[in-house]
Amino acid sequence: MSEKLTPEVVANALQESLSALAAVEDAATLRNQKAQIVGDSSPISRLNALIKAVPNEQKAEAGKLVGGARAKLNQAFEEKEVKLESLAASEALANEKVDMTAAPKFLKLGARHPLSLLMDQVSDVFVGMGWEIADGPELENEWFNFDALNFHPDHPARAMQDTFFVRPVENHLLLRTHTSPVQVRSLLERELPVYVLCPGRVFRTDELDATHTPVFHQVEGLAIDKGLTMADLRGTLEHFARVMFGDEAKIRLRPSFFPFTEPSAELDVWHPDAKGGPRWVEWGGCGMVNPNVLLAAGIDPEVYSGFAFGMGIERTLMFRNGVKDMHDMVEADVRFSAQFGSVI
Amino acid sequence: MVELGAKITPNDVMAELVKVGLEEEGSHGGDISGPVVVGEVLSFQAEEQKNGKTIRWCQVRVATSGSEEIRGIVCGAANFAVGDKVVVSLPGAVLPGGFEIAARKTYGHVSDGMIASAKELGLGDEHEGILVLSSIGLDPEIGLDAIALLGLDESAAEVNVTPDRGYCLSIRGIAREYSHATGVKFQDPVLTIEPVMGSGFALEVKDNAPIHGKAGCSQFVLVGVSGLDAEAKVPDWMVNRLKLAGMRSISIAVDITNYVMLELGQPLHAYDLDKLVGGISVRRAKAGEELITLDQKTRQLHEEDLLICDEQGPIGIAGVMGGARTEVSSSTKAVLIEAAIFDPISIARSARRHKLPSEASKRFERGVDSSISRAAASRAARLLTELASGSFSGVGAEHSSDFQLPTIEMKLDYPGQLVGVEYSADEVIASLEEIGCTVTKIEDLVQVIVPSWRPDITHKTDLVEEVARLIGYDKIPSRLPVAPPGRGLTARQKLRRRVLAGLTGAGFVEVLNYPFVSAEQNSWMGPVGALELENPMQSEASFLRTSLVPGLISAAARNISRGSTDLALLEEGSVFLSNGASAVTTLPAGNVRPSEMTLAALKAAIPMQPRLVSGLLTGHWLPQSPGQHSILAGYSQALGAVEVVMQQAAVSFEISQLEIAGLHPGRAAHVLVAGKVVGFVGEVHPELASQNHLPRSVGVFELNLDEIFAVAPDLVQAQELGVMTALTQDLSLVVDVQVSAADLTQSIVTGAGDLLEEIRLVDDYRGKGLDAGQKSLTFSLLYRAHDRTLTQAEATAARDQAVELANQQFGATLRG
Repeated sequence: MSEKLTPEVVANALQESLSALAAVEDAATLRNQKAQIVGDSSPISRLNALIKAVPNEQKAEAGKLVGGARAKLNQAFEEKEVKLESLAASEALANEKVDMTAAPKFLKLGARHPLSLLMDQVSDVFVGMGWEIADGPELENEWFNFDALNFHPDHPARAMQDTFFVRPVENHLLLRTHTSPVQVRSLLERELPVYVLCPGRVFRTDELDATHTPVFHQVEGLAIDKGLTMADLRGTLEHFARVMFGDEAKIRLRPSFFPFTEPSAELDVWHPDAKGGPRWVEWGGCGMVNPNVLLAAGIDPEVYSGFAFGMGIERTLMFRNGVKDMHDMVEADVRFSAQFGSVI
Repeated sequence: MVELGAKITPNDVMAELVKVGLEEEGSHGGDISGPVVVGEVLSFQAEEQKNGKTIRWCQVRVATSGSEEIRGIVCGAANFAVGDKVVVSLPGAVLPGGFEIAARKTYGHVSDGMIASAKELGLGDEHEGILVLSSIGLDPEIGLDAIALLGLDESAAEVNVTPDRGYCLSIRGIAREYSHATGVKFQDPVLTIEPVMGSGFALEVKDNAPIHGKAGCSQFVLVGVSGLDAEAKVPDWMVNRLKLAGMRSISIAVDITNYVMLELGQPLHAYDLDKLVGGISVRRAKAGEELITLDQKTRQLHEEDLLICDEQGPIGIAGVMGGARTEVSSSTKAVLIEAAIFDPISIARSARRHKLPSEASKRFERGVDSSISRAAASRAARLLTELASGSFSGVGAEHSSDFQLPTIEMKLDYPGQLVGVEYSADEVIASLEEIGCTVTKIEDLVQVIVPSWRPDITHKTDLVEEVARLIGYDKIPSRLPVAPPGRGLTARQKLRRRVLAGLTGAGFVEVLNYPFVSAEQNSWMGPVGALELENPMQSEASFLRTSLVPGLISAAARNISRGSTDLALLEEGSVFLSNGASAVTTLPAGNVRPSEMTLAALKAAIPMQPRLVSGLLTGHWLPQSPGQHSILAGYSQALGAVEVVMQQAAVSFEISQLEIAGLHPGRAAHVLVAGKVVGFVGEVHPELASQNHLPRSVGVFELNLDEIFAVAPDLVQAQELGVMTALTQDLSLVVDVQVSAADLTQSIVTGAGDLLEEIRLVDDYRGKGLDAGQKSLTFSLLYRAHDRTLTQAEATAARDQAVELANQQFGATLRG
């Protein structure tokens, strides 16, 4: 205990600690050596013992001297600690690097079928206009599919549609040939006015080829109200066409025949984005609901009038999305659905 | 009937006709241009070629612009001789199909043209050899224009005629429509035909069994022509026009009846007068009667068939097909021409019954002009005198029942009200008069007598269509109607969308399969009453599906065969169950609302067709990737999918393991909602999988969405969330391996009481340290109280109660 607390002694102790600090190169070592450098066993801490030997009147000054050195050391230590910890964190992150382009993906991708998506999309257009969506059975009674729609039992139009009948045929059960029986059901069951859209599956005995399939999908619209005219039909179809094919789309009506409408029309749509340039495309059929159909539902055709329209979903998907072959839509190949994402 | 300008093409005609509702189908003929001339083969040399073919190097005499010349032409055919007259296409000619003729070097010669076959000229399908003109009875001058000679320059437009427009199945009708479309004047050919009368032939028309009270025959005209030249050739222009209309030339008499039918729309029949025995009667068939028709088939007649008979019996099914016994032949000297009007429904039924859709029946079904029978028979008789040297025999007969054209009354503003165009009274009247109506205006009404050729017009809305299409559909303005405020999609429709979104979001791909399966496929998932189609597309898929799974199995097999082996397929759709619904065998009328009872009966007779959602998984759920082993697809994902569906419906469910048809006996379970089975989940039976070329592990589920929807809440009431600190504990219980995790879980939940908030099975251990036949199930338990922080002691007490109950119920013991 011969050593005296002199400024040289304090400076040496500080220097000794700073040198030890400078020698540390990583955060782990720094943590291990913290006691030796700034802790109880550090040279600066050892000076505390010397302060006791200082005469009382000099104690304040000695304390100040040692305190100053300690402050410097602490600051140096903290700076070093921040630097080394940050370095250590960076190294840890660097070590955790993976090749993100090779990383495994744990979620599986599914996909809707584009036909089912397209029907939903069409439904949304009409729901947006205040219409409701109506459903009906695919296996129907013949009355709803034909008789109530003004197909006389001997009318040649009945042979126009090749129908799947269910055994025994005398029970008059068939797979609906169009979604029109849902119109009849809607008129029978709903309160007037009626604005409904009927999307769904229909069946006709066509062999599967590039443009035909015995099982396909339609959407059919029906509006019955007071004072509806063919102008309302045109306006509705024009709005629908623009939503589906863009603002440039327009429609054209050509005289035609359907038992359940009179006057009747074929519907062409001007498809501005058609492959190979804008053109008219046959899209569906439409007309003013035949008074006999209204009578079948007990509605007075002198008071109410209305229009109906229908189009094939497969056909729409074909010319709208460039699907070349009907087989792709019916063969359940997962690659077909997957390519659309959920964009339709 | 209407004049077409010189430059008018079939496509121009179709473009006009489409405006009035006759849709274009295609054009025929007319795609040939000269020089195509008559030539004479002067000599030829047969030359064998290296390819084994023998060609003829011919010298052919032709003439162009008046001067004769001889040309060397190579010909591959061998059906001609020196001196034969043939058709030569000279360089510069274009044959049908855009086939351009040029002088070209072939087989060592320069062929200066081509000797044409009938097919190359567009004259039919005969392509075995070239067309030798003498074979069709022609001996023209050398150098004559063969295009004019053979009528090759005529062309036709084919349009689609909707079933309401029977009168358009004739040139007369189409010409009238062309006039409506263009304003070109229409001249009715019927008015220019000088009638041929005849009398004295015995005729009786008697219908004892009219259909819907309508007599089968309202008009029947017979005209006799005798002294026919059996050798008379059918002129080329007629052969060609028949061909353009898709008909074959048969004989002069038959061709003329067909030609007049095409011209005027009135089907005609020619009987060999010498083969008829006695007079003619028109009546319904008697039970057991037979007729050998023109196609030499014996037809069993039905009592509803309307017949034409002579004294010996039937000689034809009215409006459908004639009989063989009285058929005209090449030796026919005298014919009796029949022009009649038959009831459309009667003809339609006979044609369908005997599967004999003919050109005649097609027209009768759609309605024939009731005023032209005499004119049509006369036109045919006159053609027979002109083209086959016949003479009017004066023989004939006529039956004509009283017939009145219908009158329709309509307010003049009605067309405008329905179409949305303000038509003037003059426009309405002029349009109706233009289509042939007789219109009488009475103040704001018109009384309209419809023309005889428009039996389809029966209601004022039919008149509206005529006005609208004549003035033009393009005049209809556009107006968007405002529907009353809607309620959006129904809860059921929203559920379908959520289920599809949830499952596709979870990795399933939606497919849409045909509902047609075999009886065997339906039996895979157990015996369910299935419905069979009367007329399936394929006899091996004649049943309607009772489950979506067979379709998914086939779809998976197809995908695997195409190299897509990792599959999670999903389908939402109807299945069809024969539920022994009551049958309705008589349908109510179409144009009146049936009583509520009848409607209810109609609906009750429709079999159940619930909508299901099913999924099928095979291959990898997740494929191998760097640092990650693959995960196989199977029942686990199927269980997960069931959870997705139930979560979308906010319905809680239970799984109850048991054996199910079509599924692996140890990997199958029912899905129950409120104690009711709503579907199944598990693994496809490995035998069924292998039989369909699928891997051994195939996960599957099927749920009845209708039943799930029936119990799904409309609204979910929120529960209070506990916010006090929770305690967790693990619990391992040893039980017999037969005890299901679900049962044990239930026991713990009951035993632990309200403090237990969540329980999760984390391990199922079997093996070392346990007796054979035992397993250890480890659960992670989470306890929470609503009003205080729980102590370990409270949690342990709850656990001990749970263990005690599990011990009582299943002999469970704490694993030491």
